[in-house]
Amino acid sequence: MYAFDYHRPASLAEVARLLASREDAKLLAGGQTLLPTLRQRLAQPTDLVDLAQVDELRGLRAVDDGLLVGAMTTHHTVSASPVARRVIPALAELAGGIGDPQVRNRGTLGGSIANNDPAADYPAALLALGATVRTNKRAIRADAFFTGLFETALDPGELVTAVQFTRPDRARYLKLRSQASRYATAGVFVATFGTAVRVAVTGAGACVFRWTDAERALAADFRPDVIDGLTLDPGDLNGDIHASAEYRAHLVKVLVRRAVNQC
Amino acid sequence: MPITVSLTVNGKPASREVEPRTLLVELLRDHLGLTGTHVGCDTSQCGACVIHLNGRSVKSCAVLAVQAEGASVLTIEGLATPDGTLHPMQAAFREHHGLQCGFCTPGMVMSAVDLLKQNPRPSETEVRDWLEGNLCRCTGYQNIIKAVLACAEATAPAASAG
Repeated sequence: MYAFDYHRPASLAEVARLLASREDAKLLAGGQTLLPTLRQRLAQPTDLVDLAQVDELRGLRAVDDGLLVGAMTTHHTVSASPVARRVIPALAELAGGIGDPQVRNRGTLGGSIANNDPAADYPAALLALGATVRTNKRAIRADAFFTGLFETALDPGELVTAVQFTRPDRARYLKLRSQASRYATAGVFVATFGTAVRVAVTGAGACVFRWTDAERALAADFRPDVIDGLTLDPGDLNGDIHASAEYRAHLVKVLVRRAVNQC
Repeated sequence: MPITVSLTVNGKPASREVEPRTLLVELLRDHLGLTGTHVGCDTSQCGACVIHLNGRSVKSCAVLAVQAEGASVLTIEGLATPDGTLHPMQAAFREHHGLQCGFCTPGMVMSAVDLLKQNPRPSETEVRDWLEGNLCRCTGYQNIIKAVLACAEATAPAASAG
């Protein structure tokens, strides 16, 4: 690992000052992606700004029509939270399936979505639930937040403070894990709000995306077989040693059918 | 710039000056001489380095030493009582031969101890799911699972009366 300076600020204002004053400062949330990346010398930040002491980033609570989850909330906390389990059980279940127990004890919601790994689980939840990402500067709708491979709408110096989730009528997240890495080969989050249906797909493309054809078909008739005639273009999907793009296109369809069945 | 880290390790206070890039596992092994915690993969996949940080199992190769400032750390060396009596999980691993080469064992034991703290009577499936982050290259899983279940059986507060 290359050398860096380490900071442990106690407020968002102090975080912002550090980000603005250092040449190439990176934020350290749970560190479950960043630290392995640094160990492999794939990044060389001048400074790490540890968010662990920033109280403004903590907390998980029910709000009017959903949940408000602080950026530094660990996956374990979400999965074990009685509030999360009551308000959006599919979200708690998703959090309980990220990585392994040790990763879930450290990894955070904010870290996961700011990193936007193409195979991460949380981005599918945010997109399907129409969540709003709160930052230290503004609120960003999930549809505008995930912009590409490891890319988000966050500006330099901007950080996620919390995510606001709206409670769906029905929701289900299903994924097929790679046998080796345990990341999602493909994962789908299906959610319904009244007559509207949202279907988000992770692991299959360069970035999480909504499968709008499936959404329209399911909104008209919420049954698994209404997507039988639909196809995802493998040209838009990932093909790698674990699964071809054609396999992923098929897999997404299978997962959506199952998720609808279990909604 | 070196930073002083002060923490509690296996119940005793410890303080060392480290570089910010020092991993918690390096602090434990290289600075404090606690070599029971192993480094297997260096990519946070294998779980050989699992320790407890403030009561919860974590991979100490994916935590910086400076992040453990003020924390309470428990390693495999802190499980047995001072007179050498093994922790029930260690005893169960020995009894059921839950190891082959033994390299993954400290991480397996620390992870399993955390499981029983949260779920004193796990099913076999729950044990297997929980140990997802711990790899045994000898593939000695059968006896590892047997050991964890036997420990649960022996130590659960509401052990079945029949």
